[in-house]
Amino acid sequence: MLDKPVKAPAEDLIQVENLSKYFSISAGLFARPFQLKALQDITFTVKRGETLGIVGESGCGKSTLGRCILQLLSPDQGRVMWLGQDIAALPAEEMRKRRKDLQIIFQDPLASLNPRMTVGEIIADPLRSLMPELKARERRDRVIRIMEAVGLLPEMINRYPHEFSGGQAQRIGIARALITEPKLIVCDEPVSALDVSIQAQILNLLADLKDQFGLTLIFISHNLSVVRHVSDRIMVLYLGRIVELASGDDLYDEPRHPYTRALLSAVPIPDPKRARQRTIDGLVGEIPSPINPPSGCTFRTRCRYALPICAQQRPPLENTGVRMVACHRWQELDLKAGA
Amino acid sequence: MAGITHKDAVLSRYADTLSVTSAPKGRSLTEDALRRLMRNKAAVASVVVVVLIVLIAFFGPWFLPWEYSKVDWSAIRKPPDFAKGHYFGTDANGRDLLARVLQGTQMSLIVAMVATVVSVAIGIVYGAVAGFFGGKIDAIMMRFVDIMYAMPYVLFVIILVVIFGRSPVLLFVGIGCLEWLTMARIVRGQTLSLKQREFVEAAHAGGSSPMVIIMRHIVPNLTGPVVIYATLTVPEIIITESFLSYLGLGVQEPATSLGTLISAGAGVAEAQPWLLIFPAAVLVVMLLCLTYIGDGLRDALDPKDR
Amino acid sequence: MADVLVVDDLDVTFSLHQSEVKAVSDLDFTLAEGETLAVVGESGSGKSQAFLAVLGLLARNGRATGRAMLGDKNLIGLSPGELDLYRGRDITMIFQDPMTSLNPTLKVKTQLSEVLVRHQGYTPEQAIRASIEMLERVGIPEPVKRANAYPHELSGGMRQRVMIAMALLCKPKVLIADEPTTALDVTVQAQMLELFKNLSNEFGTALVLITHDLGVVAGVADRMMVMYGGRCVEKGPTDTLFYDPRHPYTLGLLHSTPHVAKRGQRLDPIQGLPPSLEHLPQGCAFHPRCAFRFERCFAERPPLLPVEDVREKACWYQGELAYGEVA
Repeated sequence: MLDKPVKAPAEDLIQVENLSKYFSISAGLFARPFQLKALQDITFTVKRGETLGIVGESGCGKSTLGRCILQLLSPDQGRVMWLGQDIAALPAEEMRKRRKDLQIIFQDPLASLNPRMTVGEIIADPLRSLMPELKARERRDRVIRIMEAVGLLPEMINRYPHEFSGGQAQRIGIARALITEPKLIVCDEPVSALDVSIQAQILNLLADLKDQFGLTLIFISHNLSVVRHVSDRIMVLYLGRIVELASGDDLYDEPRHPYTRALLSAVPIPDPKRARQRTIDGLVGEIPSPINPPSGCTFRTRCRYALPICAQQRPPLENTGVRMVACHRWQELDLKAGA
Repeated sequence: MAGITHKDAVLSRYADTLSVTSAPKGRSLTEDALRRLMRNKAAVASVVVVVLIVLIAFFGPWFLPWEYSKVDWSAIRKPPDFAKGHYFGTDANGRDLLARVLQGTQMSLIVAMVATVVSVAIGIVYGAVAGFFGGKIDAIMMRFVDIMYAMPYVLFVIILVVIFGRSPVLLFVGIGCLEWLTMARIVRGQTLSLKQREFVEAAHAGGSSPMVIIMRHIVPNLTGPVVIYATLTVPEIIITESFLSYLGLGVQEPATSLGTLISAGAGVAEAQPWLLIFPAAVLVVMLLCLTYIGDGLRDALDPKDR
Repeated sequence: MADVLVVDDLDVTFSLHQSEVKAVSDLDFTLAEGETLAVVGESGSGKSQAFLAVLGLLARNGRATGRAMLGDKNLIGLSPGELDLYRGRDITMIFQDPMTSLNPTLKVKTQLSEVLVRHQGYTPEQAIRASIEMLERVGIPEPVKRANAYPHELSGGMRQRVMIAMALLCKPKVLIADEPTTALDVTVQAQMLELFKNLSNEFGTALVLITHDLGVVAGVADRMMVMYGGRCVEKGPTDTLFYDPRHPYTLGLLHSTPHVAKRGQRLDPIQGLPPSLEHLPQGCAFHPRCAFRFERCFAERPPLLPVEDVREKACWYQGELAYGEVA
């Protein structure tokens, strides 16, 4: 088990540098395929022991980013530095060996479990691939211990995924992610498909496991309330670019990017009085198509603070050490009102 | 207290292990499917009929008075005659039709089974590899399949006969070489869609190598479509075999197959209807049952039914 | 304020292979003109099935009994032909996924105008003009262009608005929305909720909002009804239930919902799993998960009773419900 870091500064566990990912969309028989820029120039770090939340709406690329970090998708540009090595440049077999430390929890609990394998086999699968030296008895012991840690009854070990509810199936997925004792886990919308009361159970479970196993988490979700609840720092994505990255408190108390402000004001608050008082910083229009994004700042078409410069020049991602913002006007705007 | 000998520790550990080894077995998808299949009356009846046909075809001849190649000079082209023991009548050469029908059914069944096994084995591996790796490998492999498809089948078989001479084994090879193509295409299609499923991505994330993913995750989930297709191709195989035998490329006298009997009977159907009716009836019944079983399997394996 | 929909004693039963399952039991509620009622529950609570039953949209093995009075007509038990007189005209429903509710082969304007031609007897030209007007009213920019488009050419938010426009064309008295914003991005959801808030002002329509998201409820609903195991367990004004819940399940739901303004406090989830409708617990359906249960809860199911004239709840426990006690 890793020692929990007691005080800052925690070291950087993973550094993503200028990561870009494009998808080619064919446009018919004779037209050249064009590129969907799912991610562009993503740069950030994750410190050991923290939970970094990644939040955004459709087309922002957050799920793609999670997969690019783990090399489940190959980035087209950029580096992913893990323990001093660029894993994006590694051949597949080399990367495979490193997966012991880099795991993922998926959104749809049942879809991520092979319907023809028993729960025990599913959870043991990474052990068979990544720690082949273990004997069957040892594997089984580890599986049982992990099942208990995530709140599954060991007697369920021979059952099949379709015999479980959504919440239990997600626990199986979590058990599988934990079995190799990874250092970093990417959680891709792990509670979005679950009922509200079960969501809360799983969120608490993740918090407990994080402490128990000394994990570092990257938590991806479209639900800002959930992300705020679990994360130390939060990164906001819009159409494949980072628009803001700050600690949860800073982001919430003092958003510096108009999109962040709009997101925060749009999040439904389970408090009727506050909901009535709130001024919705209504965004005009809808998210532009990622195939043909607006020039300059891609957010400008919906931004009430847009100036001509926003159409001409893409705002650089400025890093003050405490926060990252990509907006021409971030220093002059006061976005705190309401919310 | 059994503390001194640590017996209780050993015993509790043992008890724990027992509780898990005898942990209740879950209901696998296959069991679920079988249960659903059992509820389908047409399918169950068809299974019973097919089993009966198989048993009679292989064990029946021992109980018959006449052998399939023995000539009865006193009964040539005669309709069914129970007194003489010719329950289905005789053919143009005085041979007992019932015995010949049984022998023909045997032959058709063997051909169908072998050809199916061969085509499934080759088709699954070929299709799964092509579908999983995609890209150039897939393109090359499937172009090969397309070319094989485009080749005139009869020409291909004739070339085989010329090279290897006539033999029933050739029949198996020839038909197997045809059937695996479609199986490969089906398997490739299924693999393409399975590849996208999250549990395959999860296996990749869990550190499984590509071959492990194919064998452990993809192939077991192919069984549904493969089994269904296999049961539905058996009729096709039998008909192809009859076609080949009719052309003189397959089973040769005195051995016979259902197809051969039918084509011989078709020629004299007006004068000696029994020569056509009996083998045709057996073939039709068998094909019908196999179709019902195939349909039943498809319904039973359809996950939407859950 | 007159009541536009009065539901009384509604039961919905499904026949399965070897058993019968009661998805909804003894449901009573009223909906006043122009008000917004939120129906809250998780999977298996029966919230969707109850309203599918009112509109005659149950699956073939489902059966509804009871009364759903729209004016003086009981909708339960009417034949599809008779229901068609009211469905789409006085009472209508929109669903979570607009893509499956819209015909992908017909242009938007065709689908919209069909409703008017059929129910209100408009001519096609009149109908198209009225449709375009409605698209504008629900906040669709460039309505003419959108009207001429096919559903797949529109984004999710647009499609949902088209559904709402279609639903509002005949100025229904009641609009039932089943998880209408769950599949939408949060900023689009916010726009949609603004639209819902104005529904009663602009169109005089009463709205039933079926959802599991308490944030949505807080922003939009006048009254709310919480369902569990096919029954209503608490109902009353939204503010009252949010600030003073009296049923442990309601309290549990509130404490399971992360609040974007409050960070890091451990959530207080409800232990256990939602019940299987085939094997509902004896007594109160919630008791296996309830921190306030006592002997009576195991044996007898509590009826829905009024409390202080403001709300109704179905619970034997009469004491204080405090934070931190649900688990």
